[in-house]
Amino acid sequence: MSDQPLLTVDNISKTFGGVAALSMVSLEVNRGDIVGIIGPNGSGKTTLVNSISGFVKPDRGKVIFNGHDITGWDPHKIADKGLTRTFQVMRPYYSLPAFKNLIIPLFSPRAKRTGGWRGGGKMGSRDTVALDILEEIGFERDSYVPYKMASSLPTGYLKRLELARCLALRPELIICDEVFSGLSMSEMASMLPLIEKLQMEGISLIMVEHRLRELFRLSNRVIVLNFGCKIAEGVSSEVMELKEVKEAYFGSEEEVLEYV
Amino acid sequence: MAVDQKDRRKERIDRGIKVRSDGVYAISSWLEISYLVAPRLLFIVGLLAAPILLLPVPYWQKVLSIICIYSLLAISFDFLANYVGLVSLGGGFYIGVGAYVAALLNMKFNIPIFVTIPVATVVGAAICTVVFLPCLPLRGVYFAIVSLMFPLLAARVIEALDIFGGTDGIVGVDGFSSTWIEQYLLIIAVLAAVFFLRRMITEDVGLVFSGVKDNDQAVKASGINITKYKALGIFIASSLGCFGGAVLSHIYMWAGLSQFALDFSIIPIAATVIGGGGTLIGPVIGCLILVPVSELLRDFGTLRIAVYAIVLTLFIVYKSEGIMVYASRKYEQFERWVSI
Repeated sequence: MSDQPLLTVDNISKTFGGVAALSMVSLEVNRGDIVGIIGPNGSGKTTLVNSISGFVKPDRGKVIFNGHDITGWDPHKIADKGLTRTFQVMRPYYSLPAFKNLIIPLFSPRAKRTGGWRGGGKMGSRDTVALDILEEIGFERDSYVPYKMASSLPTGYLKRLELARCLALRPELIICDEVFSGLSMSEMASMLPLIEKLQMEGISLIMVEHRLRELFRLSNRVIVLNFGCKIAEGVSSEVMELKEVKEAYFGSEEEVLEYV
Repeated sequence: MAVDQKDRRKERIDRGIKVRSDGVYAISSWLEISYLVAPRLLFIVGLLAAPILLLPVPYWQKVLSIICIYSLLAISFDFLANYVGLVSLGGGFYIGVGAYVAALLNMKFNIPIFVTIPVATVVGAAICTVVFLPCLPLRGVYFAIVSLMFPLLAARVIEALDIFGGTDGIVGVDGFSSTWIEQYLLIIAVLAAVFFLRRMITEDVGLVFSGVKDNDQAVKASGINITKYKALGIFIASSLGCFGGAVLSHIYMWAGLSQFALDFSIIPIAATVIGGGGTLIGPVIGCLILVPVSELLRDFGTLRIAVYAIVLTLFIVYKSEGIMVYASRKYEQFERWVSI
């Protein structure tokens, strides 16, 4: 194993019109890490995810993944290198049954090379591998759930389906854009061990989250964004004690005093 | 009567479910097999028998050829719009490119007719794909607008530069040795297109196509190059159109500017609306209705456009799902009154 980090984001910036959505953000993800990205609404979390995964081309800076300079690549090429993402607004193929949703990623060049999660695609047909992946991710195999239309699945399953779609590529890094949002407490409770299982499989994760309690249980390192700048980075419990972070979430003391 | 209605209700039983869910049940009895096969056989045998049935009326035999060409375009429109998610109004362009390629090969290089048609199909489709390539990132109505522009553009370019015979077109292209060959070539092409596309959309490639239609972002995130698949879709669709165009130029023994006409872009859409989008057979049925209607109304001159518009409006307002979707639903369901 090389000592180089799996993903290096080096000072990337992005402006939309006059708005600086991201300015000079850097981060590193090592193999096996779960890195959290938090920040108030509009702080540039999703733009950061989009710039890494190629859906937005950063104006400046570099993204290096696994030794490849992937800055400005097309999303499908980045995914082909093993960096996939989920979407905050779930994007299943609504007109297909759940397990058929996985046929599409399993049909991609990368999945044909790697065989999908755990390489099952090299042994079985795509339908079987799709059902295998869904079973691992919490779709009960003997039930009718994997065969239901994606349009009729509840949010919890759709979030899992998003993750399953990533796993079908046998990725090295998954960027999860708010996988916990919109889930009930029990759904979240069953999602946590799933993420831990992925980490044990050797998959690194970047988790963009608003659910801080769940995130802190999982991640060993957290990055805080505000107004497109990285304001803090460090161990979860310590980061929240920092003055800058508190100000970002609750406003500065002077501001608060003005209202009082 | 009122009492009657109170005491009974309409019960719907989906008889198709058994047959549609698993192929296994379909072969369990002759009744089931015939239930599955009958409508398909009607379509295939009906189309194959049409030239023989129309033998006494040669004029309508000619119309049948035109129906088939429009059907090919309508199938390609339906495939692109409902399975790849590209609403292409470029039907006129496909026909024109196919017609010109076939005519040029035939006139300039003296290539016989049974080589020009397949070559025009492949080369024409390649030309269409390359021309459409820059527009593939566009979606929805923007793609439709650009694709509508191509037939107009091509006709004006040929006119202005006075190439390929200019406004006169290319005259003196070889005709078919017999109308039978011409008609059966077209009918078999329509059947093959329907069969091939209906098979393909259920294969894994077809799922990728429908993924591109449903949401292309997720397909990108799955490591699949969507431009490649959109281009493949355009290639398949335009090869149908170019085939039709090549045959058309040999039927008329002429390739000219009117083969870039808007009719070829618009009528397939109308046929798809009437026949039922997303069924791939519906568009053929739509053409079987629309093209003869427009032939019958030929005597009324421009008034036929009005009749045409009324028919289309009625369909969109009252049966927007189309004939094929409606018919297959009725076919697959029993309806009966039961007393409560």
